[in-house]
Amino acid sequence: MILCEADFAIKGLVNYQMFGHTFWLTSTHVSMIIVTVVLLVFAFAANRSMKKAKDVPTGFQNVVEIVVEMLGNMVKTNMKQPRKFMNYIGTLFLFILICNLSGLLGLRGPTADYGVTLCLGLITFCMIQYNGIKCQKAGHFKALFEPIPLFFPINLIGEIATPISLSLRLFANMLAGTIIMALWYGIIPLVVAKLGIPAFLHAYLDLFSGCIQTYVFCMLTMVYVDDKM
Amino acid sequence: MGISGQDLIYACSAIGAGLAMIAGIGPGVGQGIAAGHAASAVGRNPGAKGDITTTMLLGQAVAETTGLYGLVVAFILMFVKPF
Repeated sequence: MILCEADFAIKGLVNYQMFGHTFWLTSTHVSMIIVTVVLLVFAFAANRSMKKAKDVPTGFQNVVEIVVEMLGNMVKTNMKQPRKFMNYIGTLFLFILICNLSGLLGLRGPTADYGVTLCLGLITFCMIQYNGIKCQKAGHFKALFEPIPLFFPINLIGEIATPISLSLRLFANMLAGTIIMALWYGIIPLVVAKLGIPAFLHAYLDLFSGCIQTYVFCMLTMVYVDDKM
Repeated sequence: MGISGQDLIYACSAIGAGLAMIAGIGPGVGQGIAAGHAASAVGRNPGAKGDITTTMLLGQAVAETTGLYGLVVAFILMFVKPF
């Protein structure tokens, strides 16, 4: 019989009292702070290398230019006003990508916590509604009653389901990855199972799945926002 | 041996989690169809392989969602133990 000590839950590290409630600093916060620090270091390094940029890029400047060009092309091919949204989509892409890849370093990925992905989904929801009202004015609300007013409840549910499906997609993918990795590492008597095979699992669940889901999240955000413009 | 009511509920939760994963059939069929059509598209127009692959992966990732909803339900039944 194979015993399994799976350990994939979010762990509370420090608790404190505020307004009569107990709040916890969890492993998600720690991972997220590490991810933010990594992104900040990257941003400062990119800024420094761009200040003394040369015509023929070398070294780190190459990397920065590839990243910016790739993100720019992705936004340009999918949106009508790429300049307005390039900053937000770029930030979103890099943040989710580093979050998903943090599983490779043994952290518990922040995107495997529904609190994180729901916030990202709600930001997208607010952007959709804001741009819809700004660009279509009353037509934004009129679209809820089309093709006939009887469809109003269905259209309303459709609007509200957008952020939920967006966030659940990312969350469930990363949670599945985290759980499968934890189960595999938790197999107690089989030391052989821990040699080599986890590398393939990490390559599929963290690298492949993480990159695809990052791309899908950004792509759907762009499509939804672009629809309303 | 005595089986308490709570044990019975845990057993039924495990069975329910297994049944929830029947949802995996749908995304399997959907992803297979997407991959098959992408393969025939590459056969017809090998030059557009990059675009076709990107579109196929995007479609498959979206089709996967319904299966993942089933997975979330199964996880909740197994580990959160709501009852």
